Amino acid sequence: MEARRRFLGVTTALAGALAGCSGGNTQQAAADADTEPSLLGKVPSDYGNRSPHEKSKRTYADSKTPQAGSSRTPLQDSYGIITPNSLHFERHHAGVPEIDPAKHTLLVHGMVDRPLVLSVADIKRLPSVSKVYFVECSGNSGGEWSGKGAPDAQRSHGLASCSEWTGVPLSLILSEAGIRKDARWLLAEGADACKMARSIPVEKAVGDTLVAYAQNGEAIRPEQGYPLRLIVPGWEGNINVKWLHRIHAAEEPFYTKDETSKYTDLMADGKARIFTFDMDAKSVITAPSGGQKIAGKGFQEITGLAWSGRGRIEKVEVTTDGGKTWTAAQLQEPRFPRAFTRFRMPWTWDGSEASLACRATDESGYVQPPRQVLVEARGLNSNYHCNAIKFWKVQADGSVTNVEA
Amino acid sequence: MWKLSGLLLAAPVLWPQSPKYQIGRAPLDTDLKERDISVLAGGRGLPPGSGTAAAGKDVYSRRCQKCHGNSGQGGEEGPALVGGKGSLATPKPVKTVGSYWPHATTLFDYTRRAMPFNRPGTLSNDEVYSSSAYVLFLNGIIGENDVMDAKTLPAVKMPNRDGFIKDARPDTSARGATKRAPVPHPAKSGP
Repeated sequence: MEARRRFLGVTTALAGALAGCSGGNTQQAAADADTEPSLLGKVPSDYGNRSPHEKSKRTYADSKTPQAGSSRTPLQDSYGIITPNSLHFERHHAGVPEIDPAKHTLLVHGMVDRPLVLSVADIKRLPSVSKVYFVECSGNSGGEWSGKGAPDAQRSHGLASCSEWTGVPLSLILSEAGIRKDARWLLAEGADACKMARSIPVEKAVGDTLVAYAQNGEAIRPEQGYPLRLIVPGWEGNINVKWLHRIHAAEEPFYTKDETSKYTDLMADGKARIFTFDMDAKSVITAPSGGQKIAGKGFQEITGLAWSGRGRIEKVEVTTDGGKTWTAAQLQEPRFPRAFTRFRMPWTWDGSEASLACRATDESGYVQPPRQVLVEARGLNSNYHCNAIKFWKVQADGSVTNVEA
Repeated sequence: MWKLSGLLLAAPVLWPQSPKYQIGRAPLDTDLKERDISVLAGGRGLPPGSGTAAAGKDVYSRRCQKCHGNSGQGGEEGPALVGGKGSLATPKPVKTVGSYWPHATTLFDYTRRAMPFNRPGTLSNDEVYSSSAYVLFLNGIIGENDVMDAKTLPAVKMPNRDGFIKDARPDTSARGATKRAPVPHPAKSGP
């Protein structure tokens, strides 16, 4: 059909040219062009969609309470460092609320000299910043603790995404409210049905924390916290409170359910670490990765993502022989602190089995550990904060599979 | 945060004290009344009202049991609230209100803000006090007729109150990681 159209197009143009040259029956040629199908593409539209050939999507597990669930970013299909908003992972505790931004406000109260109610419009008038940061659920890769591992990068590492966030430094809002010097912690609370709430130390709140209203150049999507959310760079996803509607300054933490019963890390001796905020350096090869298939022998770029809650990624090493030898990969510039860093390594696949992995080093000097080192330090019950080195096995037929520890 | 608090004490003023942008408004009493549901572990923020486990049994059966089971054992839609004592250092830890939660105030706070799952915010303060009392009673932490209110609830000593420690990370050394890198993961199925 396409070939025929092109053929018709050529003959029509040719006919027109000939008609023009000979000075013959140009009216007849114009009439033919009117009755033949248009060769033009679609007209502009008010909101764009991707090609129907692109099928990459979030995945989520079946649940009786899906409102308290999550969906995962298809990292294996990712390019560069930015996650499309439509593919950013989700974690909700009581569903996505419908919020009218004209009615939404942020209440700042407690140990402040000037309690404030700010509208979304108020906040958008303030000096803004745009920063690239990852957000990662601390439960990401939790399945890797068991050693079984997930079959693909989406299910092993897909509770992490990276965006350019635009908003106002929380420090500025706290200055306006006149936060008192003896305030040590803030409660940040969402407007979702369960009023999800977390305590944040004031030092981090007046550091790099943002009250964000935009993501990758558009308003934050409802499932990401529309119209306002906290971005607490490098800290576990749960504390990046979505649908932010209240900040309460106090001298101590509030010990909410999500910082006691959940998001605490149980050690082998039965004691649990509390307020484990930082996301440690981590990386994963996104291609070739679990579930994919290398087409055949020859050149095959190895690429993936690395990130650290403690700053910039300084080095990513890649192994293709199961960890016997490691080679430094190329890092995409610029490298932003507490953001995804894309790494790439040229590789020629010789058609034999291979064991691929990557290992990130951040600017603090921390090196991403093997799973066994984490297990020795913390036991098998901590659920959260698994940042172990992830191996993929390339089979002789080119298919790529998970490696059990 | 312990170390960060130390830093703050030593640091000079981190924020200017004069308002610069002239935005927003002062909250009205109604703003705070509608929205301020914060509760601190010492009890500040707990509202008036009270309840006992005896009264809470009824609330529980109507509003909680469907998901959490008739004796708090948990079900398909809600986690266990009871049991797990002595399990935290075993290969199968069971983290419940009784075995894991450090503060009784968290039980009140979370029940009030987030429960029942599909109708959060619909329990009266008395219902929250009494259902919290019932869950504490099922765990053997208080008696059936102990009255829970803004004074008594924060005084409840939770069994795992001292079970939490500060973040000890980074807890794997760069050196250790490098040394061990060739060994573990691929050992079984790698080349």
